[in-house]
Amino acid sequence: MHSVPLSWYLILSAVLFGLGVAGFLLRRNIITVFMCIELMLNAVNLSFVAFSYQLKQIDGHLYAFFVMVVAAAEAAVGLAIILTVFKNRATLQIDEVDSMKG
Amino acid sequence: MHLWLIPAFPLAGFLLLGLAGRRMSQRLINTVAVGSVLLSFLWVLRTLSALGTLEQPHLESYFTWIQSGALRAGFDLMVDRLTAVMMLVVTGVGLLIHIYSIGYMAHEGGYYRFFAFLNLFMFFMLTLVMAANFLLMFVGWEGVGLCSYLLIGFYFHRKSATTAGNKAFIVNRIGDVGFTLAILLVFIHFQSLDFQTVFASLATNPAGVTAAALTAIGLLLLVGATGKSAQIPLYVWLPDAMEGPTPVSALIHAATMVTAGVYMVARCAPIYLQAPLALEAVAWVGLATAFFSATIGLAQNDIKKVFAYSTVSQLGYMFLGLGAGAFSAGIFHLVTHAFFKALLFLGAGSVIHALGGEQDLRNMGGLRKHIPVTFFTILCAAVAIAGVPPFSGFHSKDAILIAAYHHSPLMFWIGVITAGLTAFYVFRAVFLAFFGSYRGQAHPHESPKVMTLPLAALALLSLGGGYFDVPRWLHPLFPAAEEAHEPWLVYVSVAAGLIGILAAYGLYVARPGLAGQIADRLGALYRLVYNKYFVDEIYDRAVVRPVVDGSQTVLWRGVDVGLIDGAVNGIGSWARGTGAVLRLVQSGNIRSYAAWVVWGSLVALLGFVAAGGLR
Repeated sequence: MHSVPLSWYLILSAVLFGLGVAGFLLRRNIITVFMCIELMLNAVNLSFVAFSYQLKQIDGHLYAFFVMVVAAAEAAVGLAIILTVFKNRATLQIDEVDSMKG
Repeated sequence: MHLWLIPAFPLAGFLLLGLAGRRMSQRLINTVAVGSVLLSFLWVLRTLSALGTLEQPHLESYFTWIQSGALRAGFDLMVDRLTAVMMLVVTGVGLLIHIYSIGYMAHEGGYYRFFAFLNLFMFFMLTLVMAANFLLMFVGWEGVGLCSYLLIGFYFHRKSATTAGNKAFIVNRIGDVGFTLAILLVFIHFQSLDFQTVFASLATNPAGVTAAALTAIGLLLLVGATGKSAQIPLYVWLPDAMEGPTPVSALIHAATMVTAGVYMVARCAPIYLQAPLALEAVAWVGLATAFFSATIGLAQNDIKKVFAYSTVSQLGYMFLGLGAGAFSAGIFHLVTHAFFKALLFLGAGSVIHALGGEQDLRNMGGLRKHIPVTFFTILCAAVAIAGVPPFSGFHSKDAILIAAYHHSPLMFWIGVITAGLTAFYVFRAVFLAFFGSYRGQAHPHESPKVMTLPLAALALLSLGGGYFDVPRWLHPLFPAAEEAHEPWLVYVSVAAGLIGILAAYGLYVARPGLAGQIADRLGALYRLVYNKYFVDEIYDRAVVRPVVDGSQTVLWRGVDVGLIDGAVNGIGSWARGTGAVLRLVQSGNIRSYAAWVVWGSLVALLGFVAAGGLR
């Protein structure tokens, strides 16, 4: 049986992560940025699972679940923040939210 | 014998008056203030009668105050013949002046405060004279200085009074440095501070301590004495101290505190006897002061200033006596001076009281008809200080002059001239105030009994005080003074006094106006004396200005503002500057933060690759 080699998974993971980073840096809409974060998390999950399968160890799976839980929690909190920001500022443009400027 | 009760009575009076005096009636304050001193005086009498002839010093140790290694300073009181004399003078004259103050201060604010300070002064002065070691003596020494400061500045709402208080305190500090160093040297060389131990080891084993060390101790003690007893070069505070109430001038700045230096030198006579150089310095300092300040006294117009310079001059006499080796003569003059100078000041106070605060001799005149009691008592003091036989000043001054003659004839002649000047300036003040016609505006009235009775008592003491044979009483303590083998010495000094009196009579009674002509004729010399040789101005230029300017430019602007504040502010502004640059990083823009994270990660990644990835 020809299994897919590990490097393919890793390349896919790296591509997904790179897309996430690029989206995070370049997009202005907060929700898009937020989704880019999710993309990065799942790219990392992919490499965790790929390594776990390759090395026949359960640890990577475990981490993948942790990341999912964190991602779910982060989604809840993050969306709440986005809602509040929109309520107060009537904008979703990330560049306009810079009150913490030093 | 409970010696401690003697200083304890005035201390109790001070505490009572200081803590509760504000709520006391004037009568109660009088009772506490005078009563405490009276009790003290009676206890002195009782103690001395119980101790008898005091062949041996009587020592009482109460508790150890400081114990550290070989150093032991105890609260120990001692009575020997010298202390006995001092205790009698301090409590006796002090009692009379307390009584006088009741009348003098009756209408002044801060009545209880005045008597509280006066009682505190009595406590410290008695501690000073009764102390059995150097350190306890120093406590009294500093304490009387404190009271002097407080009482000079008693009218604290007057700028000149507070300035004079500060001046007295600061000038005394200079002398105290010398005294402190002397105490340290005594301890280093004798391993003890007790008078008896130190002097006993001096007598038995003089080889242990070098003459140089003893001379150093003697000279440093002299520095302390010049501060407290107003000798050249530190005499400048005493004339200014006349800003205080007149009873204070009489008690502290004439009769008792300023003689502390004389007492201290006499107490340390065993040291001085083995340090001839230091003793010689004592004599010359005393002689120079006596002559110098007598000349200043000639031209002063403030009646208290005249007597202040007279005090400085007479203290110089005492030091001359000590320095000439006649310790008992110096102490003798201390006693008689306490009588007649206290009387002169109290009399001056009575005059000032009578004239409602007037102190200028030019605004007096003809007062003998208005205030006869004051006039007669002041006259008693004047003949005493002028050395007219057989009154008190004659005996003590002659004892000093004879000792000076045997020490060095030059000293004798300068002393004689000073005696003439003394007689002149005192009688000048008397004639200006009491003879001629009245030149002032106020209506003079005689002082109440409570003031004139102490005057009368002091007048009796001034006239007859010379018959207390202090030198004979002190004979076991000090080497014998020279006897008057040459009668002409006595004639000369008496003649000088009489000439002084006659000259004053001629200039100020017989031919008034002549004095002014002479002053005009002398011109520059008169102005020099009138302005006290500009010593205050010279000190101001030479010492005060440099210190103040140096403090302002170097210490304040340079060190404090420049260095210390500069360092503190520098650190602050450096942090602020760094922050100003770093805050640019905190842009508030999420994407820029993210970019930083990405770039950081890339750098870390490349680092890892460079370190291990190329294996």
